[in-house]
Amino acid sequence: MEALNIFVKSIFIDNMIFAYFLGMCSYLAVSKTVKTAVGLGFAVIFVLGITVPINFLLENFVLAEGALTWVDESFATVDLSFLSFIMFIAVIASMVQLVEMVVEKFAPALYGALGIFLPLIAVNCAILGGSLFMQERQYTTIGDATVFGLGSGVGWLLAIVGIAAIREKIRYSNVPAPLRGLGITFIITGLMGIAFMAFMGIEL
Amino acid sequence: MSTETLEEKLPEVAEVPKEPLFSSKNKRLLTDPLDDDNPITVQVLGICSALAITVQVQQAVVMALSVVFVMFFGNIIISVLRDIIPSRIRIIVQLVVVASLVILVNEILKAFLPDISERLSVFVGLIITNCIIMGRFEAFAMGNKVFPSALDGIGNAMGYAWILVAVAIAREVFGSGAISFPGIGQIKFIPDGFFEFGYANNNLMILPPMALIVVGIIIWVQRSRNTKLIEEN
Repeated sequence: MEALNIFVKSIFIDNMIFAYFLGMCSYLAVSKTVKTAVGLGFAVIFVLGITVPINFLLENFVLAEGALTWVDESFATVDLSFLSFIMFIAVIASMVQLVEMVVEKFAPALYGALGIFLPLIAVNCAILGGSLFMQERQYTTIGDATVFGLGSGVGWLLAIVGIAAIREKIRYSNVPAPLRGLGITFIITGLMGIAFMAFMGIEL
Repeated sequence: MSTETLEEKLPEVAEVPKEPLFSSKNKRLLTDPLDDDNPITVQVLGICSALAITVQVQQAVVMALSVVFVMFFGNIIISVLRDIIPSRIRIIVQLVVVASLVILVNEILKAFLPDISERLSVFVGLIITNCIIMGRFEAFAMGNKVFPSALDGIGNAMGYAWILVAVAIAREVFGSGAISFPGIGQIKFIPDGFFEFGYANNNLMILPPMALIVVGIIIWVQRSRNTKLIEEN
């Protein structure tokens, strides 16, 4: 039940785009057609689902204060958490590279679909944001952390597919010239965010 | 007197073939990103992470200064190293440089501004993946000398900072009616008389979606004034 709660919360209430504006750069750049938006969305779910649990292990067995006691009792006072930014980003960059190679080797069809988007993802704020929120919210088990990662990814997919569908249609509307393109996208995203606020306060 | 002026003139003579320190080209590096080439409203870089902290002006100012710091020193470091960095691993090198600078900023904030650091929570860390920083490294610092890179860093970070602070001012004034400054307390911007007539603070402004709409409006105003920025549909 706890896991389901985290999942629903990370999709609707703590949505990466609408509540925290994470991954806005790729959100704005790749949301011109639904097809590419879906591709990037799935790549984000995939990478979040892998990097959040790995960074969870890193945090709890290496970086946090007293996490190194499994090596030796004398490490109980060692606190490496100031290194977490650089460790997390290193894990993300190398995982993206690794995932890209594995997918290319074993699932060429998937690689064809995700291929161009995977390298872009290393610098997507939503990915690093997922790991940092995991660290801040102190999830207790690796299961919770994974569910949180996947849920955030699904929320991001929902947001980008939604805006891509709206942008495809808005091409036929008469938008005031200075608002065309970027401006109207921002305002629509804001309105979508207000709609998503209806989910606020849901507890399962 | 005369020897002094002679001495002062000598280095100038030697530097004639070089461009002056603040040539018009260098000035444009500083001023362009403020309007015509603004990182947020025109280049569409660096919106990530930044808008979440525009609820309060003081948070936005601290965030903006952090980005200016990271951008300035990051651009200098990358520009100094640009001939040594192998192009295949340049992304990792850039990430390491940004991450080290951000760790520095984060530790400084934790030590001197613990309250604000607490409220900024993960968003200081997210400066690492702020696209504007990597974008300027790739587009400018990798191919230019140190001094123009430093100017470009400051220019772009300032272009980003003013949007951030403008959004924060709009949200705090209309959301809370007053802006709180550290040490001074709250300064009211909406006169009390308004409230007697039934004016109410717009609590929606404090919620995240309004940041996007405020940016949308800033883009609208900017592009109405500067029509060459209008996009083809």
